[in-house]
Amino acid sequence: MLSRWFDKRIRYLFVMPALIFVIVMMAFPILYTFRLSFTKWSMSATRPPVWIALGNYVSLLFNDPRFWGAVGRTFAFTLVAVAVETVLGVIIALVLNRETRGQNFIKTLFLLPMIATPVAVGMVWLLMFEPSIGVINYLLGALGLPQGLWLASPSQALASLIMVDVWQWTPMITLIVLAGLASLPREPFEAAIVDGASRLQTVFHITLPLIKPTVVAAVILRTIDAFKTYDIIYTMTQGGPGFATETLNIYSFVLGFQYFQMGKASALLMVFFALVLGLAIILNWLKKPLAV
Amino acid sequence: MSDTMVTSNRSRRKKQLRNLGYWVVVALIILPFLFPLIWMLLSSLKVQADITRVPPVWSFTPTTQHYRAVFAEHDFAHYIFNSGVIALGSTAFSLLLGLPAAYSIARFQQTKFSLGILVARIAPGITFLIPWFMLFSRLRMVDTYTSMILAHMLVGLPFIVWVMTPFFEGIPVELEQAAMIDGASQAGAFFRVLLPLTGPGVITSSILAFVFSWNNFMFGVVLTGARTKTLPVAVFNFMAYSEINWGGLMAAAVIITAPVIVIALIAQKYIIQGLTAGAVKE
Repeated sequence: MLSRWFDKRIRYLFVMPALIFVIVMMAFPILYTFRLSFTKWSMSATRPPVWIALGNYVSLLFNDPRFWGAVGRTFAFTLVAVAVETVLGVIIALVLNRETRGQNFIKTLFLLPMIATPVAVGMVWLLMFEPSIGVINYLLGALGLPQGLWLASPSQALASLIMVDVWQWTPMITLIVLAGLASLPREPFEAAIVDGASRLQTVFHITLPLIKPTVVAAVILRTIDAFKTYDIIYTMTQGGPGFATETLNIYSFVLGFQYFQMGKASALLMVFFALVLGLAIILNWLKKPLAV
Repeated sequence: MSDTMVTSNRSRRKKQLRNLGYWVVVALIILPFLFPLIWMLLSSLKVQADITRVPPVWSFTPTTQHYRAVFAEHDFAHYIFNSGVIALGSTAFSLLLGLPAAYSIARFQQTKFSLGILVARIAPGITFLIPWFMLFSRLRMVDTYTSMILAHMLVGLPFIVWVMTPFFEGIPVELEQAAMIDGASQAGAFFRVLLPLTGPGVITSSILAFVFSWNNFMFGVVLTGARTKTLPVAVFNFMAYSEINWGGLMAAAVIITAPVIVIALIAQKYIIQGLTAGAVKE
């Protein structure tokens, strides 16, 4: 009896707990943040939020160079990091692609940068970037190359963080492309050999077009995640020196949990949320024409 | 006869040489990706004076002093326990809610539900942090395992649903119908027939949900305190002292990363499948 009652409603009963959880933990918080974004509030218990309508949005968009700086840096970080990761990742995958016994072992090693705890990763890069005692400057010097100030320099800090992101996430593109390569049909390649195509011709005219949908999907996943990068930036620079590495994620955090400007932070979060969602929708919409 | 042997020998030699070339190239590509992790381990085993020495010391007598200090002075055992409880707890509850939801979405094509859950996967975690902090403060739940487990579930649950829905879609309806003809209820068929069949997917998604929680830094910074501080937060706080204790920092970094790397070495197949899910169709 009970099981029949359950079966009849299974489509609701099975999905309901997850849905309620998502509503309580995500939908309500977003609505609350939305409402808070129209107020001025410093989180004080005695002084409640004061309604200031669009005040926070106006101040962000028109009176806050820090906001536009963060927007620019977030896009720059995402664009450069994902572009480098894609090119490097695809090249590495093409070089590695071979049916050998060690293939799985190679993949496991490649997995490590992207799965290692980001805070720990940030710490060791901090040590390696250190201008006077770091191993990177030492190696560059030993090779006779110019050394850098890395995170200590406002003009190099963002690029240094991009380097870390490239280190972390190039393997993801490589692994995705390798999986894509493994699933390709053999016939086009055999035909190319028969026709006497060179290796490079085969890569450009057969392999790359065939794996394009896989690469596009990987780039989309990566773009959305890169846009939200937080851990390595916060652990390594906290947005500094000055505001040189302050992205939207970091600026939101600073506004909310260091300055306690809850209203303005909420407005920024809504803008950030809208940007991420918009980005995801646009990318998803571009997916079909790009992948063909 | 001898002629063919010579050529086959020569071609084998050539093949071996090309193989060697391949592995040299592989090593050159992989080295930069492994170097930071190797450097982390090496530095954690050096005495402080050697860590900051220029040029760097490559051979040295390893010391465990930093590891001993980390456990003796900083209560790291407690942080490991906290991270473990929160990662296991959030993974278990995410599976409990996520698996039936993924099945239902796959079987009854509830695309609207799946869209809502997808938004949770896309939205930046920080969007929820202010309201959570308000809510948990008011309920006096800041610095409790419950609040951290709930927060981490918002990462784990959408991921599990995302990975598992295609798995359930891949199982023919006839299988559960057969089980139901044999007298099982639909819920029974789900538990006894479908779940075992999607085992690899469950392993993939739960390993990654665990790792995401273990690695998560942002939520812990705001939602934990002295009682429930997780490893990433503890490691970060380590840096807040004026003089950076690189040895201790690297030892702490190794301690936090080691379990994840061990998991990666054991379960690489599952992890690659999960991390590349959505881009590669099975």
